[in-house]
Amino acid sequence: MSKTQQAPGGVRSKGLADYLNDENVRAVIYQIIAIGLVILAGWYLVSNTLDNLERQNISTGYGFLNLEASFGISESMIDYTPRSSYATALMVGLLNTVKVAFLGIVLCTIIGTIFGVARLSSNWIVRKLATVYVETFRNIPVLLQLFFWYAIIPGAFPAARNALQPLPDVLLTNRGMYIPVPVADNAYDFMGIAAILAFVVIYFVKKWAAKRLDATGQPFPIFWASVGILVGFVLIAYIAGGAPTEMDIPELKGFNIRGGYNISPEFMSVLIGLTIYTSTYVAEVVRSGIQAVPNGQWEAADSLGLKRSVSLRKIILPQSMRVAIPPLTNQYLNLTKNSSLAVAVGYPDLVSVSNTTMNQTGQAIEAISIYMAVYLGLSLITSLFMNWFNKKMALVER
Amino acid sequence: MATSTQLPPGPNGSVGQRAVIWVRRNLFNSWFNSILTILAIAFVVWIVPPIFEWAVLNATLTPTIEACRETTGACWGFVNANLRLILFGVYPFDQQWRPLLAMIILIGIIVASLAGVRYPRLQKLILPMWIVGIPAIAILMWGGMLGLTYVQNSSWGGLPLTLILSTIGIVFAFPLGLLLALGRQSNMPAIKTLSVVYIEVIRGVPLITVLFMASVMFPLFLPDGVSIDKLLRAQIGIILFTAAYLAEVFRGGLQAVPRGQFEAGDSLGLSYWQSMRLIILPQALRLVIPPTVNSFISMFKDTTLVVIIGLFDLLGAVKLALRSDPAWTRYYVEGYVFAAAIFFLICYSMGRYSAYLEKELRKGERR
Repeated sequence: MSKTQQAPGGVRSKGLADYLNDENVRAVIYQIIAIGLVILAGWYLVSNTLDNLERQNISTGYGFLNLEASFGISESMIDYTPRSSYATALMVGLLNTVKVAFLGIVLCTIIGTIFGVARLSSNWIVRKLATVYVETFRNIPVLLQLFFWYAIIPGAFPAARNALQPLPDVLLTNRGMYIPVPVADNAYDFMGIAAILAFVVIYFVKKWAAKRLDATGQPFPIFWASVGILVGFVLIAYIAGGAPTEMDIPELKGFNIRGGYNISPEFMSVLIGLTIYTSTYVAEVVRSGIQAVPNGQWEAADSLGLKRSVSLRKIILPQSMRVAIPPLTNQYLNLTKNSSLAVAVGYPDLVSVSNTTMNQTGQAIEAISIYMAVYLGLSLITSLFMNWFNKKMALVER
Repeated sequence: MATSTQLPPGPNGSVGQRAVIWVRRNLFNSWFNSILTILAIAFVVWIVPPIFEWAVLNATLTPTIEACRETTGACWGFVNANLRLILFGVYPFDQQWRPLLAMIILIGIIVASLAGVRYPRLQKLILPMWIVGIPAIAILMWGGMLGLTYVQNSSWGGLPLTLILSTIGIVFAFPLGLLLALGRQSNMPAIKTLSVVYIEVIRGVPLITVLFMASVMFPLFLPDGVSIDKLLRAQIGIILFTAAYLAEVFRGGLQAVPRGQFEAGDSLGLSYWQSMRLIILPQALRLVIPPTVNSFISMFKDTTLVVIIGLFDLLGAVKLALRSDPAWTRYYVEGYVFAAAIFFLICYSMGRYSAYLEKELRKGERR
């Protein structure tokens, strides 16, 4: 924070020295120097790079994205074969990143909140156990944890022939977990549409409930009503669609398991590692959020005769949310960024696919620029969403 | 804290009675808590004895593969047999006293610097210690003079590499982060924009992409014939990355210094740099010592990522040891647990130190 404008001293004509001593003139000079240095450095780097690329006969540009990728990707949420283009391959990687990050965020929030609350429990042993959990997993590098889970998970389960069956039709093998999934049917599309419709209806019911609460003071069980609407809509769509019951059940055929949905050991280790590691940070955020709520709020709740669990849920947590959301956003971003470590255990995330692309095409700059831009974009979207949420929560106060 | 009930000091009664009271208050004060207590105890009984059996009772320390095959417990023999490989990587075997000594010096300086916050007399020694210490460490590690054989840095590894990467990282990221924080707070639009863009871009991408950039793209940036080795490139990547995070920590400190302090500097007629150096920064930096230590912790953990670009820090050296002999490969759990224990020990003590500092510094403020 530098000084702002200073009154020009006196009326005498200024010499060069006076100009150089003028704050504003200096500021301009500093900025010109700074920009000049940046441009110079940029020009130096770019010209070197262009020279090097020319010498190595590497063409620049994103044209390679339309070429055939000709490498396999072990898991994909969209149709992908080695004949697909690099652009499709990168899309697969991006979707895999989003999948693991999204599930990780959901899980680490749940687990982190549980442990954060447990660290404040009046129960001594619960408190200590939660502390041990948080301190242990927080102080071990996340990459080491990923390696650990990746070493343990395939090793802990038998080969496909002797697959474990913890639940009917769920198979555990060293190639991951296989779960049954419904065979594709039109009814499921209807159900998706019905779910979207249900959310629209819920939105209007919520508005109506708030209006009624203002007008009559009568509360409306909005949570259970929403659940009811959602379940009802989806169920009706399911029955209307012919109620398909056919399932794709994983079965041992030859030396391998066919059918079902495969959750790979790579995915599992990345998800477990990221979730556990980030949940310790979330726990600390939740704990400090709760501690930031003044004690008087607990006492007020007590004096209203509320149970501890009710006061925690209805009075303390909503208030602590406001304190917790900004650091929570940071943790979500960290988890998303850390999902790039998936490359170390062979989960085909964006970075992993980009690296393969980079090795095959030599388009290092393009590949790196793509994933950097994507992560920047993801970070930006997450912070925008969380800022919006933050504002919404802050308004609740008054 | 709101929910924890403290035992009133020194209630009358025998130890037994007091214990009963304690147990009632802390474990069985409601039916919900009673269920939790029983579940928690069941969990501990379920998990602790098998781990203890595996890690201690049935474990072996004998550094031979035969001993490990015989036991049903942990094979600490793997760690025992490969200890020097894990700790020092592929540094020439007969020269490994050098990284050991370098590591001891480095830890000594760090501990002294951290303690210096508390003991003013030590404070004056901090800067000289670094000025003497870093070249001493460099000479020990590289050698090539004073009768020490030259060891190229591609054979550095293990714990010293982890420590060096993180320490050098923070030592250089510190001034850069400070400049960026000042830049972000500056009134000059161009400088402010440059700082903001730098900080936000670097904070928006994962460290590993910065490392890939350093290892893959950096060579393209340099003129033909000039090359910088891999270790240095990774180190530069770490510095650039950490600086962005530190900049935000420092910004927090700068914002916490009351406006009156800036105005006081102005009214004394001090120049920008004078008032920064004499008034603002000492206060701002003091405020952010705990989060700075926290940055150091996360950076220390993050140096493990250099494994991905093929450097053998502590974690990398463990992987190296696991691969060194196919017979050892199945003892990965022991290897990872050992590395985890070292990381835990260092990070946990730094974390405690940071918590202690936070308390200490607040105590000064309340007076």
